[in-house]
Amino acid sequence: MIIERDTRVIVQGITGHQGRYHTRAMIDFGTRVVAGVTPGKGGELVDGVPVYDSVREAADEQGADMSVVFVPPRGAADSALEALDAGVRTVVIVTEHVPVHDAMDVIQYARLKRARVIGPNCPGIASPGRGKAGIMPNPIFTEGAVGVVSRSGTLTYEVVSSLSRAGLGQSTCLGIGGDPVVGTSFVDALRMFEDDGRTEKVVLIGEIGGTAEEEAAEFIRQKMTKPVVAYIAGLTAPPGRKMGHAGALVHRGRGTTRSKIEALEAAGASVATDPWSIAALVARAGRR
Amino acid sequence: MLLEDQGKRLFRAHGIRVPEGRTIATAEQVPEAAGPVMVKALIPAGGRGKGGGVRRASGTAEARAAASALLGARVSGHTVRSVLVEEAVTVSREMYLSVSIDRSLGLPIIIASGSGGVDIELVGGPAFHRWTVHPFLGIREFHVRELTAALKLEGRESAVGDLLRSLWAVFTSLDCELVEVNPLILAADGELVAADAKVVINDDSLFRHPDLELPEPDGDGIEAAARSEGIVFVPLDGDIGVIANGAGLTMATMDALSAHGGRTGAFMDLGGTDDPARVRRAFELMAASGQKVVLINIFGAMTKCDTVAQGLLDALGGLDRSPATVVRLRGANEERAREMLLAKGIVAFPELEDAVREAVDRGAGK
Repeated sequence: MIIERDTRVIVQGITGHQGRYHTRAMIDFGTRVVAGVTPGKGGELVDGVPVYDSVREAADEQGADMSVVFVPPRGAADSALEALDAGVRTVVIVTEHVPVHDAMDVIQYARLKRARVIGPNCPGIASPGRGKAGIMPNPIFTEGAVGVVSRSGTLTYEVVSSLSRAGLGQSTCLGIGGDPVVGTSFVDALRMFEDDGRTEKVVLIGEIGGTAEEEAAEFIRQKMTKPVVAYIAGLTAPPGRKMGHAGALVHRGRGTTRSKIEALEAAGASVATDPWSIAALVARAGRR
Repeated sequence: MLLEDQGKRLFRAHGIRVPEGRTIATAEQVPEAAGPVMVKALIPAGGRGKGGGVRRASGTAEARAAASALLGARVSGHTVRSVLVEEAVTVSREMYLSVSIDRSLGLPIIIASGSGGVDIELVGGPAFHRWTVHPFLGIREFHVRELTAALKLEGRESAVGDLLRSLWAVFTSLDCELVEVNPLILAADGELVAADAKVVINDDSLFRHPDLELPEPDGDGIEAAARSEGIVFVPLDGDIGVIANGAGLTMATMDALSAHGGRTGAFMDLGGTDDPARVRRAFELMAASGQKVVLINIFGAMTKCDTVAQGLLDALGGLDRSPATVVRLRGANEERAREMLLAKGIVAFPELEDAVREAVDRGAGK
């Protein structure tokens, strides 16, 4: 799903500290990283990966199906637009603190190009045994049939790691990002998991703020045949305060944990009360 | 969020009519009033009316009394340092108009209502008209025609168009999350007047607007000190301080504490760091916030477990008194971190559940 063994991945901002570190980690995961892009650094090599001045050059020389953006906030949107303009089909924006109007422009341009944006402010995507685009830590994953979608970073790693310890491997883990406006929603992810032959069960990790979990619940109710186990963080977060993520804010009484849990339970998902009980619920969850 | 007077100066600069007014910091500065005036607390928060932060005065003496009552008072959790005194516009009808961002659609959205006395909690409800605006197209004539009809302002299409295009210009040029006029007034003289101005600028875009003077964020010394180091600290009313890396993980830790009978005294998200000095500073700030217990929950990824262990040991070495500390570590460099802590007599739990129970046992409990 989204990333396969033959997916040609490029890294924008490959010569920076984060870009270098995660390029190595993505290669170790088995990802086909074919090129990097940093304007002005064309001709260099990073871990054996050729660097180009532009996405267009990288795409012409090496082919580029997917890009991972590690460019700082001021230039992140421009880099993502450059990739979309050059015909890249999936753009993963790892960068945190991207201006929200920039994010809207990138997401709308992607729609025009019929391409996919994941993020911004996201850990990316990992399909164990096939490839990874982003920053999720390699050792937590094992191959299997559980699909994971989440708005969080480290909380996702926590859950994936506990799934792996319980012998529940993952088909794909998708971090959609903690910002108010993101390119790929829970509903998009659930639709892909429902259609994905490798995924048998789905774990959804949400948090306070917005209505993405309520929309996910509606999709589960109407369309999902695969079992969904959900966990929502922020039950005890005070209203009106931003809890770290820009999107994690209960605003005008909407987006509370309660409303999300109620909607998900009503839709037939099992909702875990603690992160550590997710694995047991997944093990028990049967086909509906 | 901008203060109302800043928002109104912006509006005026974009050709939107706002009431004549003056910002003052002492009651003596209240200008001589020819007629009724509004006295409004200037704080960066909504719901001021309900909180008693907006008062109507019939003349100068009443306005002085209102100003002196408001100045220095606490309204909606903020201390009032200045007030806006402005002419009370003679109202023919009150309306609502805003431009904001629809999170689900990822698009700007106009929300409007033609009837007044709008309760902010109902915004977006059935009495409201909504139009998404594509960022590549902006405001078009059909938006103006439809908004004019929705607000029942037939015959005033050009004024509605000017107003909407001006609000859009503020929204886009200042990277706003919200530009809200509540109430928008149809004055007795037939003109449209923005009686309030709520402008919320996207935090991540502030680097593009270096000249904007934003109101000082509220919060005690620890919150401000944490903020200046890029650490998110939110004080809560329990006695167990939670330090974790990542917003979701920190919230999940708080929830788990609560589910097991503990009460979180403060939320602290370390974020991603490879610097033990930053961890040390975070722990010192948490210790200074008067918690009985501190629960540290780290899933090592970008932030490695041994970085946290080192920072914690440095902090504990330098503090005369420190709260009971419970540590839970998983992930990158977990083993090394566990050994570092054990050498100093600290046992780090591998399971979050065990750490949560331990923290609850050491706290005041239910």
